[in-house]
Amino acid sequence: MSTAVIPYISESHPVTGVTNSKLGTWCFLASEVMLFGGLFSAYVLLRTGTLEWPHGKELLNVPLATVNTLVLITSSVTMVMSWASLVMKSLSRYRFFMGLTILLGLAFLVVKAFEYGHKFQHHLFPSTGTFYAVYFTLTGLHGLHVLGGILVNLYFLVPGSRLWRTNPEQFTGRIECAGLYWHFVDLVWIFLFPVLYLL
Amino acid sequence: MNSELGSTLKRPKRPDKSNHKMESLMGGRRENEKLPFWRRYIFSQDHKVIGIQYGITGLCFLLFGFTLMMLMRWQLAYPGKPLPLIGQFFPETAMISGIMLPEFYNQLGAMHGTIMVFLGVVPLAVGGFGNYFLPLQVGAPDMAFPKLNMVSYWFYFVGGVVMIASFFVPGGAAQSGWTSYPPLADIAPTGQTLWLVGMAFLINSSLLGSLNFIVTTVQLRTEGMSFFRLPFFVWAQFVTAFLLLLAFPPLMAAAVLQLMDRLAHTSFFMPSGLVVAGKVLEASGGGNPLLWQHLFWFLAHPEVYVLILPAMGIVAEIITCNTRKPIYGYKALVYSALFIGFMSFLVWAHHMYLTGMGTKMSAFFQITTMIISIPSVIVLTTMVLTLWGGSIRFNTPMLFAIAFLPMFGIGGLTGLPLGLAAADIHLHDTYYVIGHFHYVVAPGTIFALFAGIYHWFPKITGRRMSETLGKIHFWSSLAFINGIFMPMFLQGLAGVSRRLFDPTQYAHALSTQPLNVFISICAWLLGLAQIPFILNFFGSLFWGRRTGQNPWEATTLEWAAPSPPPHGNFPKPVRVYRGPYEYSAPGRKKDFWPQNALEAD
Repeated sequence: MSTAVIPYISESHPVTGVTNSKLGTWCFLASEVMLFGGLFSAYVLLRTGTLEWPHGKELLNVPLATVNTLVLITSSVTMVMSWASLVMKSLSRYRFFMGLTILLGLAFLVVKAFEYGHKFQHHLFPSTGTFYAVYFTLTGLHGLHVLGGILVNLYFLVPGSRLWRTNPEQFTGRIECAGLYWHFVDLVWIFLFPVLYLL
Repeated sequence: MNSELGSTLKRPKRPDKSNHKMESLMGGRRENEKLPFWRRYIFSQDHKVIGIQYGITGLCFLLFGFTLMMLMRWQLAYPGKPLPLIGQFFPETAMISGIMLPEFYNQLGAMHGTIMVFLGVVPLAVGGFGNYFLPLQVGAPDMAFPKLNMVSYWFYFVGGVVMIASFFVPGGAAQSGWTSYPPLADIAPTGQTLWLVGMAFLINSSLLGSLNFIVTTVQLRTEGMSFFRLPFFVWAQFVTAFLLLLAFPPLMAAAVLQLMDRLAHTSFFMPSGLVVAGKVLEASGGGNPLLWQHLFWFLAHPEVYVLILPAMGIVAEIITCNTRKPIYGYKALVYSALFIGFMSFLVWAHHMYLTGMGTKMSAFFQITTMIISIPSVIVLTTMVLTLWGGSIRFNTPMLFAIAFLPMFGIGGLTGLPLGLAAADIHLHDTYYVIGHFHYVVAPGTIFALFAGIYHWFPKITGRRMSETLGKIHFWSSLAFINGIFMPMFLQGLAGVSRRLFDPTQYAHALSTQPLNVFISICAWLLGLAQIPFILNFFGSLFWGRRTGQNPWEATTLEWAAPSPPPHGNFPKPVRVYRGPYEYSAPGRKKDFWPQNALEAD
């Protein structure tokens, strides 16, 4: 291989207590916080800058979004279970829970697609007004993050899991990092749901 | 490459020093030879090859961005006159029989700023020098994530290609300034969309690069390399990485919103009832143009420190090595860099005093702006005090590094009036601002980058650059660059606006028009002054004097690796016993004491 021997890939650094990938993932999430932080700030500035702002619960489908919130929270639980299965050395249980996480993620996107379709049917587009612009942009960007997470999880479900045979420690570490990202995406939704649908 | 090998065989006396050049330039040897060419030099995962890729691409973009400016200087010196010799080769959309069109002038201006900042200086300072020397200076075998490092370079490359491609779409490249202020940018031609897409690539590239830098510095320091034994260059890159990591995402958010405005016809930045060319624009309205400015400057002010911190790091290394003294106040430098990094997130709205955001906001940002000038002065002072009592070697890298001090000083001090709202009302958006920030970035940062190239060229290639050509390059560049930017302060004080297509348009600007001619001539001469550098750079690759491992007798770890360092950097793991700048330590025979040397050495 072309890569030189780099320490702390599968074992933790004795001082910092983390692997390279875990620290890198936390840095990446810090950057993501700033991305969504910028967008939420934009929302605050736009909303405080107008005289009237519609209430989300009158325009958006709150029951459907509540179901979606539960779906995403459940998927976070199954994601932890899949990682815990690896810690307990069971690849088959890992496969089961990881598959479940992916299905729940897909379910979230399908519900979201129905919501979008319903809006488009009623000729409500991002260009309709600032509220819809914020709604479509923020949930759209979040949806892309969910999609990215599903692709990463799919990789770890099938081809990526070959690493388990050669280096189970490193593979468990990778699933932990994928889990951190998945929880973050979940957390963004936990903010998006009340901000857009309830307030 | 075979002929190179042949020439190696003819000189059996120095077999270890005469690797064939391509190999030695790219730093690859033994282990690497198994990989095919494209894995070694194109999609390489070796931090040194990636550093060189970043460096060369960055230098090309610097030259390209400077060429755009040399075209603009013709229009500013001789407005409305046809550009001689090359003017006829431009298409009708840019110049009509050699006379520049205002739209094309605006494209040149916007792209000059974008290319110099995002595709030239930062990639060279962070992607080039940071990638190559940060792992070496902390004693690591490579970056923590070599694959991400490779992806980072290729994102940057694609971003650059998209930016250049935008010149060839209908309506030309982005023309709303490098700041892309809406609503102007919202209604600009297609080139602006490509600008945003290009920026998205560059933002992702810097994200991958910066988390690599942070993880490498935290996790991969070699045994004995505590944080307070890190060379200041590593500290500067470390703080820079945090700025890139945390300041760029809000620009990504802003770019997403502007893309939505342009493609999905939202109105994030479009106020209600905007009138363009006598017609009310059809848009839902209700947006806020200032929102873009807040998000943009939240990135772009830390970006200023992304431009200057790596330069300070390079200058600190070179000054301490060439004065043969420890740096004056190492900890003061480190804490200043950290404080600059923190404060740079709290000063962004001093670019917006004239937007009517209110006196309370202005007061807050004036105070933070005055506070951030303190650590910058500490950095400059420690470097000047390092010179005190030193026995200075005036080689080319040192000349560039010493010149950095007064040049950055002028840039910084002329910034103070701009940081105060009352003075800024007169000076905002004039040539004074252009003079101010170019003193920081051009004779400041770019001189530091030149210093770095002359200083580390022997490490990267195993050969020295010519001192004669280097000194010609230095003295001519210093003279002409001051000839360009010093008169701009006068123009600005006279009230001449920046971004003027025709400087003779206003009566009050006419009195400074002779200065424009002088500036333009200096700019073209500065272009000529770079020829010795280009000749020196390529010539020295082949004919430069060969050097050993540590030609400058420096103390930091990169000089403990062979020149050029092989794949994996150090033949055997290094251990660090002392701080980075142990020059002229009392009671020792040699005047330098490398970080990795044993007590007895």
